[in-house]
Amino acid sequence: MGLTRRLSRIVSLLALALSGAVLSGCGQSLKQTPFDPAGPVARAQLDLLKLSLWFAIGIGAFVTLALLFVVFRFREKKGDTSIPKQIHGSTKLEIAWTFIPIVILAIVGVPTVSTAFSTKAPKDPNALVVKVVGHQWWWEFQYPDLGIVTANELYIPAHKDVQILLTSDDVIHSFWVPKLAGKMDVIPGRTNKMWFNAEREEMYYGQCAELCGPSHANMRLRVHAVSQTNFDSWVAERKAGAKEPADSVARAGMDLFMGKSPSKANCITCHTVDGTKAQGKTGPNLTNIGSRSSLAAGIVENTDEYLRQWIRDPKSLKPGVTIMPMHPNLTDEELNAIVTYLRGLK
Amino acid sequence: MATVTKTLGLLPRPTAQTGFWSWVTTVDHKRIGIMYLFAALFFFLVGGLEAFFIRLQLMQPDLSVVKASTFNALFTMHATTMIFMAVMPLLAAFMNFLLPLMIGARDVAFPRLNAFSYWNYLLGGLFLNTSWIFAFVKPGSVPDSGWFGYANLTSRQFSDGMGPDFWTLGLLMLGIGTLISGFNFLVTIVNMRAPGMTLMRMPIFVWTTLVTSVLVIFAFPAITVALFMLMFDRTFAANFFNVDSGGMVVFWQHLFWTFGHPEVYILILPAMGIVSEILPTFARKPLFGYSVMVFSSSLIGFMGFTVWSHHMFAVGMGPVVNTIFGLTTMAIAIPTGVKIFNWLATMWGGRVRFTTPMLFALGFIMCFTIGGLSGFMHALPPSNTQQTDTYFIVAHIHYVLIGGSIFAIFGGIYYWFPKMFGRLLSEKLGKWNFWITFIGFNTFAFPFHFLGLYGMPRRVYTYSAGYGWEFWNLVSTIGVFILTAGISLFLINVIATLRKPANAPADPWDARTIEWTIPSPPPVYNFAVVPQITARDHFWYEKYPDGEHGKAKKAKVPAKGGDHGIHMPGQSYMPALVALGIFVLGYGGLFSSVLVASSGFVLILLGVYGWAFEGDGGTVIEAGGEG
Repeated sequence: MGLTRRLSRIVSLLALALSGAVLSGCGQSLKQTPFDPAGPVARAQLDLLKLSLWFAIGIGAFVTLALLFVVFRFREKKGDTSIPKQIHGSTKLEIAWTFIPIVILAIVGVPTVSTAFSTKAPKDPNALVVKVVGHQWWWEFQYPDLGIVTANELYIPAHKDVQILLTSDDVIHSFWVPKLAGKMDVIPGRTNKMWFNAEREEMYYGQCAELCGPSHANMRLRVHAVSQTNFDSWVAERKAGAKEPADSVARAGMDLFMGKSPSKANCITCHTVDGTKAQGKTGPNLTNIGSRSSLAAGIVENTDEYLRQWIRDPKSLKPGVTIMPMHPNLTDEELNAIVTYLRGLK
Repeated sequence: MATVTKTLGLLPRPTAQTGFWSWVTTVDHKRIGIMYLFAALFFFLVGGLEAFFIRLQLMQPDLSVVKASTFNALFTMHATTMIFMAVMPLLAAFMNFLLPLMIGARDVAFPRLNAFSYWNYLLGGLFLNTSWIFAFVKPGSVPDSGWFGYANLTSRQFSDGMGPDFWTLGLLMLGIGTLISGFNFLVTIVNMRAPGMTLMRMPIFVWTTLVTSVLVIFAFPAITVALFMLMFDRTFAANFFNVDSGGMVVFWQHLFWTFGHPEVYILILPAMGIVSEILPTFARKPLFGYSVMVFSSSLIGFMGFTVWSHHMFAVGMGPVVNTIFGLTTMAIAIPTGVKIFNWLATMWGGRVRFTTPMLFALGFIMCFTIGGLSGFMHALPPSNTQQTDTYFIVAHIHYVLIGGSIFAIFGGIYYWFPKMFGRLLSEKLGKWNFWITFIGFNTFAFPFHFLGLYGMPRRVYTYSAGYGWEFWNLVSTIGVFILTAGISLFLINVIATLRKPANAPADPWDARTIEWTIPSPPPVYNFAVVPQITARDHFWYEKYPDGEHGKAKKAKVPAKGGDHGIHMPGQSYMPALVALGIFVLGYGGLFSSVLVASSGFVLILLGVYGWAFEGDGGTVIEAGGEG
């Protein structure tokens, strides 16, 4: 049965080759892969994953090749009706193939236990504390020691331990930024803890990783790791609150935002813009919406067009969303004004 | 034929041997097994169609083949259907048909309960799937919170439609029949083995049935409790999972996975039993290390209860708890690996024949091993947090469930088809079936490993371009088309073969166990004379005595078949009636309709009353004649 054997061998070799491709560091072009760790937690977790992956590939290849060898070597030859020796077992073999897996498990078990404890908490007693509150379907980020709140895009200083506290306002979500750390569930009635330390000053992609309703796939997040200086100035800008809008269009937009014509728009019911009378707590804090890289929890790029679409008809971008209402009564001019105002909130 | 029909119940015991009602009222384990087989194949196609739409939607980024909420319903129903309405009943088909035959019995311990389990399953499965029909008038009717239904997404606050109610009630209904079967098979194995068949002479498939039955008995109560709690929260405003009133949502996960983990061993152990029967026949050698295989199966079953929180490594229980469960999970790899090596050793030194059942068994070894190895990777808590809720887990699941359970089931169908239906499936079509299914399955499922390690989460109805996920999603969907072709070949083979004349011999494969000593298909009473067992693989040593076993003594056939004939259990309407009552009660609960619920309850009462008072029933088949 040469064809059988050859086909199976091709399949297993292909699988091995492709697995190699994963490990060969093509991680850079993949936005959300744990194979491109940018911090100590992700790195420790990846090291363990790689150890188990090598064993898995090795044992898988061994069993597949052994299988192919056995069936080829002992295939029934044409016309051979003899009965082979009816061997029932071998105590020696049973001991061997029980003992060797135990050794493998010990080799893997030791780093498993040590990594579990070494990644438990940050070493730095002055780690920056961020409280993450999961909502359907967006992320709230509070900095309790700094007195600021933002949403969907987390700003952190690079090279610094960040202690994350996690809880949910509604259902279970899961906070996951693979290049920084493995995920941790975000559970109502419970505060979970995780931490990471971003070694590279860049933007990291993340996503909710626990089914939380129709727009679970649309609950993404981004982490901006910036230099300490940049972080400090970002914090200072947040605390200073929003600047007054520069031109009349933006001012008109602000008036609409603040609920001048509630039948058209009444954004302050749910949203906060620091330093203004908009102090609504149901929805994301919009103080820096103008400079965020994405909208609606990381699902689209932050362009005027998407911002207009989001305000006009949120369901078209995020199925199932009910808390953020549609705004059908805004004229194009009014909608543009609001967008201009929001664009100025940097 | 003497018929015992005295009854105090509602209806006389039916006696039709052919036709529609003979199937509705049958208590014959062989007929029940066949009904399980066809119903489960039907639901397998339903679940497959749901998967088809999932893969179409995910073929490319940002598609709109289905809406977001529909997608969530699709993957919820796909998993629920495949687990509870396809794989478990397919395995039940084998356990039903084969168990009495393999131990030399005439039927199971409780034939009417056996029939009830089947009707309960069929109606429960239909009940759940009518949610799709209700969805046309009431959105949110189809369960869409995942097959694992985590609180508090399933609470009325966050899921106001009928979906979770369909799910809760449907699973409660399905669980009744499963629990009853667990008890039925356990009692049958303990009490009804032929003389000389000690526990260590039983076919290995009977052992895996035994362990599976124990798993069912201890695991299903956990999910029953969880479902009742959820139902009470949704219907009677209880607060088990209501955080604002002191409830704890994680409690659902503990209860669910206390069931859910043993459940996966329920899904794989009988499949391993099937493979353990096929390999020795087509290698012409006994199962290597039988006692170790028995011990490993039992150990896997027992240890299956010690690992449940490995589904919860990201819940935040802390490194101590996580590590404990990580270690217990790793430990299960030992008996599992031992089994794989014993299968390889079974073929070593044998005469391997590449029939279709053997190809599926070999495919099982390769693919289940891959699935088991990704499972081993998940076992390590720190790196698990990068794998859980990603497509890497989806890869694991499909390798163990398709590459494992389904391949074993296909192999079993090809192997025992002649015994069940008196005809051999076409070997030519069978080989095409196997290879196209094997290639299609691997093309569909292997990419999931990459997608998971590239960071694609599970249960997402779409994804954006630029994350590196486009290529493998496309490959996977192409694999689904190939897999569909392979499964179509299987169906064609079955349909074409059933049209052929039933002329298969009793022992077409030159096999080892005693179900192959009786005609294909067996007479209603299975064995004309209860066999006397003198060895494991008794039949083999009858055919091929060797120095170690001598010539197995053939059981003496009395000149006049005994003095009181063969007493067969009587048919009954009551199992189907009680199942129907539960079905109606389910809708009553769903719509909170006292009228409908009472009608269902009345039917149940009538059925149980009739059941209790319809008398012993039964027919006596005189020796030397058909019944």
